[in-house]
Amino acid sequence: MSSAWEVVIGLEVHTQLATSSKIFSGAATAYGAEANTQACLVDLGYPGVLPVLNKEVVRMAAMFGLAVNATVAQRSVFARKNYFYPDLPKGYQISQYELPIVEHGEMNITDEDGNEKRIGITRAHLEEDAGKSVHEGFDGSSGIDLNRAGTPLLEIVSEPDMRSAKEAVAYLRKIHTIVRYLGISDGNMQEGSFRCDANVSVRPRGQQELGTRAELKNLNSFRFIEKAINFEVERQIDLIEDGGEVLQETRLYDSDKDETRSMRSKEEANDYRYFPDPDLLPVEISDEFINAVRETLPELPDAKLERFVRDFNLKPEDASILTSSRALADYYEAVLAAAAAKPQLAANWVIGDLSGALNRDGLDISSSKISAAGLAGLLGRIEDNTISGKIAKQVFEAMWDGAGSADDVIEAKGLQQITDSSAIEAVVDKVIDANPGQVADYKAGKDKLIGFFVGQVMKETQGQANPGQVNKILKDKLG
Amino acid sequence: MGKYTQTLTELKAGLEQADFTSVELTEELLARISAHDKKLNAMITVTADEALAAAAQADIDRSGGKGGAMCGLPIIHKDIFCTRDIRTTCGSRMLENFISPYDATVVENLAKAGAVVLGKSNMDEFAMGSSNETSFFGPVHNPWDLDCSPGGSSGGSSAAVAARFAPAATATDTGGSIRQPAALTGTIGFKPTYGRVSRYGMIAFASSLDQAGVITRSAEDAALMLGAMAGFDERDSTSIDEPVPDYVAGLGQSVEGLRLGIVRQHFDEGLDAETGARVKNAIATLESMGASTVEVDLPNIDMSVPTYYVVAPAECSSNLSRFDGVRFGHRAENAEDLLDLYCRSRGEGFGDEVKRRIMTGAYVLSAGYYDAYYLKAQQVRQLIADDFRKAFADVDVIVGPTTPSAAFKLGDKVDDPITMYLNDIYTIGANLAGLPAMSVPCGLVGGLPVGLHLVGGHFDEGTLLRVAHQYQLKTDFHQACPEDFK
Repeated sequence: MSSAWEVVIGLEVHTQLATSSKIFSGAATAYGAEANTQACLVDLGYPGVLPVLNKEVVRMAAMFGLAVNATVAQRSVFARKNYFYPDLPKGYQISQYELPIVEHGEMNITDEDGNEKRIGITRAHLEEDAGKSVHEGFDGSSGIDLNRAGTPLLEIVSEPDMRSAKEAVAYLRKIHTIVRYLGISDGNMQEGSFRCDANVSVRPRGQQELGTRAELKNLNSFRFIEKAINFEVERQIDLIEDGGEVLQETRLYDSDKDETRSMRSKEEANDYRYFPDPDLLPVEISDEFINAVRETLPELPDAKLERFVRDFNLKPEDASILTSSRALADYYEAVLAAAAAKPQLAANWVIGDLSGALNRDGLDISSSKISAAGLAGLLGRIEDNTISGKIAKQVFEAMWDGAGSADDVIEAKGLQQITDSSAIEAVVDKVIDANPGQVADYKAGKDKLIGFFVGQVMKETQGQANPGQVNKILKDKLG
Repeated sequence: MGKYTQTLTELKAGLEQADFTSVELTEELLARISAHDKKLNAMITVTADEALAAAAQADIDRSGGKGGAMCGLPIIHKDIFCTRDIRTTCGSRMLENFISPYDATVVENLAKAGAVVLGKSNMDEFAMGSSNETSFFGPVHNPWDLDCSPGGSSGGSSAAVAARFAPAATATDTGGSIRQPAALTGTIGFKPTYGRVSRYGMIAFASSLDQAGVITRSAEDAALMLGAMAGFDERDSTSIDEPVPDYVAGLGQSVEGLRLGIVRQHFDEGLDAETGARVKNAIATLESMGASTVEVDLPNIDMSVPTYYVVAPAECSSNLSRFDGVRFGHRAENAEDLLDLYCRSRGEGFGDEVKRRIMTGAYVLSAGYYDAYYLKAQQVRQLIADDFRKAFADVDVIVGPTTPSAAFKLGDKVDDPITMYLNDIYTIGANLAGLPAMSVPCGLVGGLPVGLHLVGGHFDEGTLLRVAHQYQLKTDFHQACPEDFK
């Protein structure tokens, strides 16, 4: 990328709020139901029906506002955004326009140089989702599935504060982490619970005025977002450098071809004829309500990370991984609470073997096959020298496959570490007798051969000999 | 004499005393509709079978000591209220064959109270009109003069009640659509405070102005009906959680000491002299009964018609977007593509007046015009509401004419929307301010009825009903019956 150009990115995130019913009706919001089975008359926009606000969404939006240090408006207003589309049953979307519920927030991310960077959050507003048009399987016609119509969304709009695709992804990951910490969204990108549009422009470095932006849509994974932005930045720079001009337009990202394509230009843009929805009263929020919501805020990722580093003496990288989801952090703390394991040892296991096993089986931490208490049991046996770290991996795999607790596995397989010095000495003697050549080399100064001897002893004991003892006895015997 | 001449209250007493059954009463009224509605076209759908079944059930309930306040009493619903399994057309080709899968709250409440529904009345298309000539199902004729309009948009309800098809009908009022037709047919038309009656299931025209009410022949009947219809509904966010008083119980108190406000502008040019004379006469009657009059100033009231014709079309342009030919209602055949489906479904399904208002509404909300029209209109609306609030500090009820004149001939104003719109000049203010208001018959001009308009403070329906009832105890204008329907 040419360093003569500065990239400017702002993001709009649509996050689906994790309510059990829709924003303006009592219909369920569960994903994956048969088409049109979760749409009631209100969602279908039948004549005479009226919307009634689900109060839960107000609480969730307020939580988000407080979490990003924003102003939660005492009065916000739902408006109608008017346009015709088959998956928009009423011919208008109910959204907040002039007076959103959340304004003036901010959040810190770590930029590419590892420095903290503040990203402004312009606003976050509540709105209803539209339904879905289905173009396959209708013999040239289209079908409409209105299950998603009326699903509550919180649209989070950032300032154009990001300067690279990587920063944009860092911001998105942070928002993703926060909404899941707050429990206000499951953040599932495959199911569309967390979607993102990116406004991308470039300008000559040093120029104040922003370049013309393109809005990128259909960015449904962190990887695609990064690729789409990078593609778009290059496209814009090439265009300008070739004497062309960037058009203000909406562009669709095609992940198969890894390119963005023009969807519609601004000249074709709708006039949405926004006006306050007369069917809904303004949302009034009292200070008492805000304070009550504040009381329910969980510890947020930044604070948790700081505490993990401070209290557990963890490496910041490890603390960052452990706090990337609230469930993972909770699991980690539960391991610590259940055993006197050293925090760094526990962190290594959670980040290493446990996360590896979860990934391998495509499981979430909440459905881990080894409970926090189970893992704590295993770590306890490492700490008290019953088993070595290496044997522990074997025990872990057996536990993962349902063989019971660490103690059950150790007992059943006879994996207790050999700490009886005379037993280890006997094996050491055997190894020395069997390898006279190496012994001679060692004595002649090839110190590195100690590893060879340890390996032989461990092999003889099937890894069960205490490595420290083995080392010491070997060195004694080899002089 | 037939039971059809009796008021709702009288019929209720007759049923209670077992003078007749609900089935007998229902049969009589159905026969009457069948015999006379060819002349009026007041009904879009007559539900004879359902009505007789409901009447039979009401008779059983009554004999079993059950049955609500309206048990066995026949009524008619304006065809704007959704009724399950019975088509709801809203006077439009768009909904010519629309069967609602649910009942409106008003329909549900009246059914719970035991009312028997004879059918659904004709109306201006989507309640947009003041003469009932915009209905896809043809104009309604005024029982007092078949060449005249019964007013609109609730012209079917007003004509049906005036012609003694039923003692009471539901209606809706966005700018005068209950009161104007009531005035022009010599009936009582009552529009409660905005939020008093649920809008759920009432097909929306202009959501911030629409309010359901009743057309009856006496204030007492309006009180009975309103009590059964009103109340908080959690399905309507704009419905107000206030207890519903016993309106009938409050009717007996005299008007002694009541302060009546008179708006100077309402007696200026534009008001037919004869109509003005009847209204002044009615006010004099109330004064003779102990009320006093005070002149009140509503400095911005002259702006109510233009304000209304920005706000109402704006809301209607959005409310009617759902009629797109996709899920329900009229759908154009052989559409070439999506845009063609939208354009032709709506082009064929809506009539001229509806289209005119949708276009006006889309215009006043569009980028670049919103501030000059919609926003400005909302500001003026607030000024008008403030004027009323100040006025009600000094008076209990504001009185004046309901309409500038008696009924006009069908076809007279249909090509001149502005003149037509001016028919609602006295009634629109109450909608903009959300206030309860009613029209009470106060005499005839050239053989056609005119109405006295009463406007009350927020949630003061009781006072309006009481003034009207006391007035009706002293006068017999409401008992006048059109010659052909005696």
